[in-house]
Amino acid sequence: MSKRDRMSGNEAVAIAMKQINPDVMGAFPITPSTEIPQYYSQYIANGEVDTEFVAVESEHSAMSVCMGASAAGARAVTATSSAGLAYMWELLYVAASQRLPITMAVVNRALTGPININNDHSDSMGARDSGWIQIYAESNQEVYDNYIQAMPISETIRLPIMICQDGFITSHGVSNIELMEDEEVKEFVGEYEPDNYLLKHDNPLAVGPYGISPYYMEAKRSQAQAMKDAMPIIMDVAKRFEKVTGRKYGFFEEYMIDDADVALVVIGSSAGTGKEAVDRLRAEGKRVGLIKLRVFRPFPRQQLAEAMLKVKAVAIMDKAESFSNSGGPLFSEARSSLYDIPNKPYCINYIYGLGGRDITVEDYYEIFNDLFIIHDTDDAGDIYRYVGVRDSRFGERGFDHRKYED
Amino acid sequence: MAKRLNEAVEIRWHGRGGQGAKTACLLLADCAFNSGKYVQGFPEYGPERQGAPITAYNRITDEHYKVHSNIYKPDYVVVVDETLLKSVDVTSGLKENGALIINTKKSPEEIRKIVDYPGRIGVIDAEKISMETLGKNFPNTPMLAAVVKVSKVIDQKKFVEDMQESFEHKFRRKPQLIEGNMKALVKALEEVKVG
Amino acid sequence: MKTRAKDINEKITWQEITVGTEIYEPATSVLVETGDWRVMIPIWKQEVCRQCLICAPFCPDSSIPVKDGKRLDFDFVHCKGCGICYKTCPFDAIDFVKEDK
Repeated sequence: MSKRDRMSGNEAVAIAMKQINPDVMGAFPITPSTEIPQYYSQYIANGEVDTEFVAVESEHSAMSVCMGASAAGARAVTATSSAGLAYMWELLYVAASQRLPITMAVVNRALTGPININNDHSDSMGARDSGWIQIYAESNQEVYDNYIQAMPISETIRLPIMICQDGFITSHGVSNIELMEDEEVKEFVGEYEPDNYLLKHDNPLAVGPYGISPYYMEAKRSQAQAMKDAMPIIMDVAKRFEKVTGRKYGFFEEYMIDDADVALVVIGSSAGTGKEAVDRLRAEGKRVGLIKLRVFRPFPRQQLAEAMLKVKAVAIMDKAESFSNSGGPLFSEARSSLYDIPNKPYCINYIYGLGGRDITVEDYYEIFNDLFIIHDTDDAGDIYRYVGVRDSRFGERGFDHRKYED
Repeated sequence: MAKRLNEAVEIRWHGRGGQGAKTACLLLADCAFNSGKYVQGFPEYGPERQGAPITAYNRITDEHYKVHSNIYKPDYVVVVDETLLKSVDVTSGLKENGALIINTKKSPEEIRKIVDYPGRIGVIDAEKISMETLGKNFPNTPMLAAVVKVSKVIDQKKFVEDMQESFEHKFRRKPQLIEGNMKALVKALEEVKVG
Repeated sequence: MKTRAKDINEKITWQEITVGTEIYEPATSVLVETGDWRVMIPIWKQEVCRQCLICAPFCPDSSIPVKDGKRLDFDFVHCKGCGICYKTCPFDAIDFVKEDK
């Protein structure tokens, strides 16, 4: 049974947390994730949950609280954004290497500067190599569903997990949602019963030892294996979730891709807008498709490559710069996943949506238009492009494809 | 085989920080949700400043709507504060077969002299209605009623029933506000003038 | 997986490292024979010692065992020969000399 409701993405996360009733929350407010601890504090004040809320003076301490709690065998959660995530930086690596299954709701916001509170993925993309599982959502429904799946994944493999959603766009946007019944959630997520923990009387544990060179690399290799081993667990949890809710999840969603000539790869809320562009272009008979990446860590290299192989040209969309002069983080990894495969599609990168810059259905028309130019001319042109930026060379919206029209 | 396209009714709200345009936008989303629709209600966020112009958006559809961008070609524009007409291009992108709905004491004809818009113009004196029924200037309820009346995006009878229920829930500790708000609602439905 | 400190050494493979490099027992530092690091050695002169016990808490390596309110001879498996005990003793009951190995 599900309950039809409407709410913001932040409230959806807070409700999922309430249904789970974790042991400890350590959190510090930062826009646009503030509402999550705010809602949750109300639930605690109302006696609806018995989570120990630890109010701290910084995100560094919020993550430290979660790590201490998790090492002691508790189910620990937090929420943050942007500079708050950046302030957790060193602890992100420690939490992952100590294999503490902490669940963090990340409400994606640009990292300063110039100072900005709006959405892009620069915060969590910057943390992509910290050893956390990362799952992204298109909508309120997805962030709720991902949160419900988070702990069964992270506690099974013992890796911390970020459940990401787009700041303001889904975090503050109210829309319809199907909520699971409380009992269904409790049954799905279960109780957290770790085999070993710091304060277990009959088996005391030493946590966080110094790892000198003769041990460090073995420790890291073992951690890397955990990320690999998380892949089937993510799929198992998704299958179990589908049985309960009927909603299907995987590493990514393929939208109208099977017979498509060209396609997008995109993460987060902008995928919804992209799907609408696909619908409208399909109505005109254009064979376009879209891949929405849900799981960025671990990166589903083989599976994504197989999906991209179905088309001749792919636009890989990055809502974060990496200042590599070679494209954004998703582009680097998605494109490299194709390297060993013959007859691979053309891949171009678009940096879009930085600091809350809107991306519209019309923008996607332009991108698909670019892809069709590549499709027809067999010339990828400049593979590292921007969309939605004012550019003196190209007039108001600035599309590089115009050079092909000359 | 192409899918049937899912057309949204798109509404853009203009107000000033602190006046409740965002709340009105979310209330409309609630009403549409209660009438069985799929809704989106989202403000455009920036540094919050009381009195600064703010924008909020609604999309109302029969099926789940996937687009997450702002609204550039709205069917309806709602102006909660008339003084914004001087500083904000409120009719930007507004569809000609849509409508502009303004909180004002002026007539549609007088508004048409100020804004360059050939479509329908709905006017409502939300301040007067609010003062008469609630004794204070809370323009949200009358504005909401005016939007429902002009846009017909929700069944009017169902809207009135839902709002009664919603006010009973919201003001269960202040029952005097239930009657006042319902009066404001009904009065606004009667008094909105379209020209 | 090697869970006990005695089994964890520089020959184990990454598959044998515990999850999160945890060690499934406490106080594993007793297994490290830091006495090997010693160049200078403290000598306890039992006949001079008045059992004031000032030295014991000053020892950074817990190498001065105390039993029934009295200190015993040094734990030379762990004593690093830092000489702090020698400096804190008010009664010259500890000598500090180069160790003959």
